[in-house]
Amino acid sequence: MKKLMIAASCALAMLASGAHADERNLRIAFDVPYEPFEYKDENGDLTGFEVDLAAAMCEEMKADCEFVIQAWDGMIPGLLARKFDLIMSSMSITPERAERVLFSEPYYNTPGGWFGPDSFNADVTDMSAMKGKTVGVQRGTTMDTFVTEEMSGVVTIKRYTTADDMVLDLEGQRLDVVFVDYPVGEQTVLTKDGFKEVGEAVKLGEGVGVAMRKRDKDVAEEVNKALRKLKEDGTYNAIMKKYFAYDVKV
Amino acid sequence: MPPDFIAAWLNRNEIFTAMTIMEYWDGMVTTVQLVFLCLIIGLAFAVPLAILRTVKNPFVSGPVWLYTYIFRGTPLLIQLYIIYYGVAQIPGIQETFWWEIFREPFYPALLAFTLNTCAYTTEIIRGAIISTPHGEIEAAKAYGMNWFMRMRRIVLPSAARRAVQAYSNEVIFMLHSSAIASVVTIVDLTGAARNIYSRFYAPFDAFIFVALCYMVLTFILVFVFRKIENHLLRHQRPAGS
Repeated sequence: MKKLMIAASCALAMLASGAHADERNLRIAFDVPYEPFEYKDENGDLTGFEVDLAAAMCEEMKADCEFVIQAWDGMIPGLLARKFDLIMSSMSITPERAERVLFSEPYYNTPGGWFGPDSFNADVTDMSAMKGKTVGVQRGTTMDTFVTEEMSGVVTIKRYTTADDMVLDLEGQRLDVVFVDYPVGEQTVLTKDGFKEVGEAVKLGEGVGVAMRKRDKDVAEEVNKALRKLKEDGTYNAIMKKYFAYDVKV
Repeated sequence: MPPDFIAAWLNRNEIFTAMTIMEYWDGMVTTVQLVFLCLIIGLAFAVPLAILRTVKNPFVSGPVWLYTYIFRGTPLLIQLYIIYYGVAQIPGIQETFWWEIFREPFYPALLAFTLNTCAYTTEIIRGAIISTPHGEIEAAKAYGMNWFMRMRRIVLPSAARRAVQAYSNEVIFMLHSSAIASVVTIVDLTGAARNIYSRFYAPFDAFIFVALCYMVLTFILVFVFRKIENHLLRHQRPAGS
């Protein structure tokens, strides 16, 4: 049975490649689950913001795409070993990664969000109102860099390794406010009673891009072209509205 | 040539600026404060607890045994988590004056470290007390000394001599254990290293430097304890040296 299926899929693949000889074959890797970006719905189908965006991008590129599931640790090694051709799994563009892979233009950037107790009523952008407050951040994040550069000396900064420890201290009133990746704050702080968003979300860093092998410059060009088109013609916005209540577009 | 090599390395280093050196220095001050205070308080409580632990009445020695058993039987990290996060979960604590103390991470960490080192020190001193040679105690009794005087003049001074080497180990272990203070947001030496590492993504530079700082502190402690041992154990030195 298994052999038959392999034979059938081979035949199908040959048919498919024969029928669309000019089409590109692309394998795109995701690390699931990472809601709402990529996860399996109750039927076991791969879905999410990046999955939908990848599908739209493939259509735009007229490419024949296959979605692959890959654990995060093996993402870049798997790409370099040609197990797949693109990574669209919330990989932030950083100089360290850019040494090894080729990034497209960013296609989303989640903002940093300010969260605090209901009683918190200072304006987070007003340095005199924030004076003496204690702010929690996750060590090494773009939010940490922002607070360190903009608010050192005004507020007391406490750095945490995990978001869970930080939220515990926010609940315990050791922190007045936390500045954290918006989806993280949404899932950890806003799910608790007595806490709210206390300031305008801020976009920091370059954002998330499609990662490719360095030699695949032609693919990168097509990917960038397709992403630009999707952002302009409203497809991107439609997909974004399906998954987010806030703006992640860059 | 080593000097050229060091000069070249310093020239392209972005990490060891005046600002980061100050961060390390502040971290060092915090580490020294934390360790020094917990050792002093721990030792002050350990001596009477060790004496109680040697008392024959189980209602007196039992609770001390239980305390040392619990604090030596669980990891310091867990004790710190329980005191730091646990206290904040007590309903209404934020409205009491205790919160002034427990709001900052320094005092919960000091409390956890003190309870931990006190438990170990109690056992070290107790071991030294019960190994007091029987003849010394009998001689003291023969001189008509009461219990208090025996303790003060005979048992504790000779126990101190036997305990000092084991205690110097405990002090060095405590210095190294204090590195976990950084998990509750205290910027001690390790906390400073973690912050600097995450800013520059340079683990070797950030952590090797901090390891050297701990080594310097350790060498100072070893030196101090060698002086104390020489003083306390001078009767054991070969004659004429």
